[in-house]
Amino acid sequence: MNLSRTRTTLDRRIAPQPGEVIDRSTPVEFTWNGRTHTGFRGDTIASALAAAGVRVYSRSMKYHRPRGLLSATMHDPGCMVQVDGDPNVRGAHRLIEDGMKVSSQNTWPSLEMDVRGVNQLAGRFLGPGFYYKTFIKPQRLWPVYETVLRQFVHGGRLSRTPGPEAYDKRHAHADVLVAGGGPAGLAAALAAAERGARVMLVEEGHQLGGHLRWSDPETAANLARRVTQAENIQVLTNATVAARYDDNWCAVVQRHPEPGVAERLLKTRARSLVVAPGLLERSYVFEGNDTPGVMLSTAARSLVNLYGVAPGERAVVFSANPDGDAAAQDLGRAGVEVVRLVDARAGQDVVRVRGRKTVESVELADGTRLEADLLVTATGWTAPTSLLNMSGDVPVYEPRAARFLPGGQAGPGVYATGGIAGDGSTDQLIAHGDATGAAAAAHASGIRREHARAVPTTAGGSEAVTPADASVPALPDLAVEEHPELFRSSTHGMVDFSEDVSSKDLYSAVAEGYDSAELAKRFTTVTMGPTQGKHELMNAIAVIADATGTTIAQTGTTTWRPMYAPVTLGALAGPSHDPVRYSEIQSWHEANGAVPLVAGQWIRPEHYGDPEAEVRAVREGVGIIDVSPIGKLDLRGPDVPKLLETVYTNKWSRLDVGRVRYGAMCREDGVVFDDGVTARLGEDHYLMSTTSSGAAAVWEWLETWLQAEHPEWRVHVTPVTTAYTSINVAGPHARRLVSRLAEGIDLSAEAFGYMRVRTGRVAGVDDCIVWRIGFTGELSYELHVPASYGLHVWEALLEAGQDLGVTPFGVEAQRVLRLEKGHLIVGQDTDGLTQAYSAGLDWAIKLDKPDFAGKPELAWQREHGGGTRLVALQPVDPDIVPAEASQVLRPDGRIGGRITSSRHSPTLGRSVCLGQLEPSLAAAGSVVDVRLPDGRTVQATVMDRLAHLDPDGSRLENDSVPDEPRAHPTPLARGPLSVTGPTAELRGWQVAGEHRPAELSLTDYAPVVKVSVRAEPTGAVATALQARFGRVHRGENTLVVGSGPDEWLILAEPCNSTRVLADLDRLTSEADEQASVVDLTHGRAMFRLTGREVTELLASVCALDLSGDLVPDCAALRTTVAGVVTDLVRLDEGARPSYLLHCERSSGAYLVETLLATGRDRGLMDAGAPVGGFVIT
Amino acid sequence: MMQLSCPWCGPRNVNEFHHDGPLHRRPDPAATTVDEWRHYLYIRQNPHGVVEERWYHAAGCRKFLIVKRDTRTNTVIPAEGEPR
Repeated sequence: MNLSRTRTTLDRRIAPQPGEVIDRSTPVEFTWNGRTHTGFRGDTIASALAAAGVRVYSRSMKYHRPRGLLSATMHDPGCMVQVDGDPNVRGAHRLIEDGMKVSSQNTWPSLEMDVRGVNQLAGRFLGPGFYYKTFIKPQRLWPVYETVLRQFVHGGRLSRTPGPEAYDKRHAHADVLVAGGGPAGLAAALAAAERGARVMLVEEGHQLGGHLRWSDPETAANLARRVTQAENIQVLTNATVAARYDDNWCAVVQRHPEPGVAERLLKTRARSLVVAPGLLERSYVFEGNDTPGVMLSTAARSLVNLYGVAPGERAVVFSANPDGDAAAQDLGRAGVEVVRLVDARAGQDVVRVRGRKTVESVELADGTRLEADLLVTATGWTAPTSLLNMSGDVPVYEPRAARFLPGGQAGPGVYATGGIAGDGSTDQLIAHGDATGAAAAAHASGIRREHARAVPTTAGGSEAVTPADASVPALPDLAVEEHPELFRSSTHGMVDFSEDVSSKDLYSAVAEGYDSAELAKRFTTVTMGPTQGKHELMNAIAVIADATGTTIAQTGTTTWRPMYAPVTLGALAGPSHDPVRYSEIQSWHEANGAVPLVAGQWIRPEHYGDPEAEVRAVREGVGIIDVSPIGKLDLRGPDVPKLLETVYTNKWSRLDVGRVRYGAMCREDGVVFDDGVTARLGEDHYLMSTTSSGAAAVWEWLETWLQAEHPEWRVHVTPVTTAYTSINVAGPHARRLVSRLAEGIDLSAEAFGYMRVRTGRVAGVDDCIVWRIGFTGELSYELHVPASYGLHVWEALLEAGQDLGVTPFGVEAQRVLRLEKGHLIVGQDTDGLTQAYSAGLDWAIKLDKPDFAGKPELAWQREHGGGTRLVALQPVDPDIVPAEASQVLRPDGRIGGRITSSRHSPTLGRSVCLGQLEPSLAAAGSVVDVRLPDGRTVQATVMDRLAHLDPDGSRLENDSVPDEPRAHPTPLARGPLSVTGPTAELRGWQVAGEHRPAELSLTDYAPVVKVSVRAEPTGAVATALQARFGRVHRGENTLVVGSGPDEWLILAEPCNSTRVLADLDRLTSEADEQASVVDLTHGRAMFRLTGREVTELLASVCALDLSGDLVPDCAALRTTVAGVVTDLVRLDEGARPSYLLHCERSSGAYLVETLLATGRDRGLMDAGAPVGGFVIT
Repeated sequence: MMQLSCPWCGPRNVNEFHHDGPLHRRPDPAATTVDEWRHYLYIRQNPHGVVEERWYHAAGCRKFLIVKRDTRTNTVIPAEGEPR
């Protein structure tokens, strides 16, 4: 009888089984290698094909041996298939769908007739290390080898077009996370949920129940029903807890969680983790053990019981345990003739299987040869201890059970139950799971209470939290059943089915000296394939132990690393959340052809078409540039001069009110890290500017000095970068232009000199700050305008300056202008090693000051003269512009410096550069060699001053006469979020004109008055404001948010602005403490999210646990939302949860766009104007 | 990702904080020697055990915190005299 001829056309489906998971009333049609097959809903690809008699599913990686079903689980190495555009799909796990196109991978010309199967004949030459040894030399042939070897790459073909499905990533929180939905895991979930824990139950398969699904389907169904009906258990099937990191930060991967989503990564913080993955059956090593038709007892039992498929016609069962015996019974019931039960416990053994594409006969140790098309093996278990190992446990080998058991060293909050912990009856496993779940819940409840006590957002006390549960049942012991140590027969066979590593390969690797598990693994790639040790680990260790003459316990396992199950790159990447910042004038830039420049998070105009023309316009007339990204810090308090003296290298103690000074900052190693100008606006009030990219770092640096070094200094720092739109007006006509719009500021040369600051009204906008500086080398005024009026002032300038030829210019023109003037840019003309004397800042370093950051290093540098020098250079050939970073060569040909900035100067009609040179090359007048990137060497002259243009600054001494003020449009305030739909005007603000009701709504709160107050945490101001940190106080006209330990944000309706500010000024000025008030109305983007699912929506983009007991109504906190530091204020609208969110203004548009995109599925809508106005009290 | 328990804000993911390194006393610049200053700048003990270090809660309360952390286990030893 030749059984192999009967494949492919058979219907192997048997009568309905009590526990089957298929729906026989719903046929599903799909194709396999072009041929149409019909299965039932609930079938996996593998079970549907098995029902059709298909035996061969794939070819092995190296030898292209035919492979069939082995474990019929997600980790079956023989069932990797291509499904439509997706390669490497786990065919024994993926459910069939109508119209699915399934094909085998990396077979040619076909699965049945794979010519590369010839590799089997050459097998003895393709031993371990073959590729390393053969293709290493000669190296020049590698491209040829690569092309050929690539043809042998195992795996499917990736579609070149993006798939229709999305990938998602979000945050989740659980009191108890249960990994594994077998009896113990289900019992643990139920026990934890009964004690009030919020449980997340994660099961790899499509159904709950674990091995009970085939051994006791009724109990499985009962448990599953109770779990799915429990209110506080979230059940995720077809999902895996793939990794566990510090403090139970777990990666949960959900496959196909909902239509249109291919995979979702849940970054889950679990207070307790219950590891209940059960056991994996391992295969037996003997000759021919990878022949299709050799399968594990659990595979045979699931085929029969879950899918109603007879796995063969004549079976031999090789059994070492009750599961093998049960498999024989199941097969008999399914009508499979069980030719022999070979009992390993009685010393019987299987030594060989014959047959090429399917089993034809089985040979036993006693020489018996049995005709059969199926060999079922039950030789023991592998404990998938992965999550325990990742929790710090070191599992121990138990020879009596022939598997590893938990070592009991997993950190607190990590529990093991079920088969991984021991053996027992269903009742015993359930009892163990029950006790484990109770313990996990008790631990979680303790952590939760601690958490509630530790956060400032709760209303006070921790009464709301589940009380401690003392009645945790004692953990019953799970016995460990005796099991023969059975790994390999007397013959050699396949150990790693994914990587085609045989036991023979492992012996030869050990013989070559790779005599430890970790070494042999890397040399042979055993356990490194897609199954990652789940099938082969125990056998690999046993063979290596045998080859090295040690025990399994001595050999130890290889390391289980994350991820336990495969995760797509799509899920790891998730939706992109890269914050982007825009200035208020962005809409104008876009409408006027600005070429965008990505500068850190900022999107800025590089130029508007012709940067050289923009340079000429500034030099000859007047230009305006949007410099809003310049960092701005509001400094208040009597000790600001001490702070400035400390962080800047020059002197600040005698800066008069109305003056502006340049300063450079160094770290303690003397390296320049930022520069900018600081203005003294009032007695104790300063405005510091920083570089655009350095704003956050400078702020933190100031806080370091204030909090860590000098807590006694009375200074408050408030970032106001985006509270102002900054516009630089530069050029000979700058004074005439600004004077046309300024009110209350005398702009005449005598009244408003260079490096002075004035405040006043510009284009009808109050509270503008104007400083006269000269980065471009021209007469220039920098206007800092309350940001909501930024676009208004910009347009007013363009309108008022038409006859002066006012021209907007971009970052590129500014870079050329400052280079002509020889002004350095920190980070461009300096790097992470450039100390201040190397930055041309000698004039600004005052070593006679008693102290400043970096002083000892700079004293050392001046004394010893180390480091390079910043110089201006002009190429001898004026048409050559050496690329930035071109090397400057010493006479001996070695590198002696580099070009840091270079441009063609439209003003001088030649190329100009800045560079860092060794002192020996830096003397004025020397000519140095510059090597260009293309290899040419050109000459450049070192100049005697840094400024190429106007070194004496005569252009700054512009004494033009101010013009008369001109009419301008009435100012209109605009928020940072674009208003969609009809607009209306409210108290000078442009707002949405209508409300569009939505179940989940987003409304813009831009016009709300927002005032930051800083004061002592427990002083008189704090008492008067009544809101403690983390909570909100509803005042008469105000909402007081305790946004920091010594920081409050006062919110009020637009109509109350003046009164609220006056009240706060009075409160703080009367207080006997350092207290300050900064109006941030224009510096924050503020909006409100309202709706039942708002917390779930925020979980997509915010890592914090926002559950009601930790963040109740009137809670206030600051955290990161979609990558932006955001303040959240929970202000429920009756029973509807609602959050007020605010962040620094320029990130608002990005944050809202991201939230709207994230919440689209939940129906989040831009609802326009809030109902009933901006009532927030 | 490990958590750090901010004495002001409660447990937060560590990526909300900036690590400012082990605590080190700043020498008096007027009296310091080159060796002492460079020791302050560059030399860290990096112990296999408990280290006292400074963190900045940049995405939260914006306070500098002193944290005792066991580098072997990443466990944070609660500080005494916490603000709350």
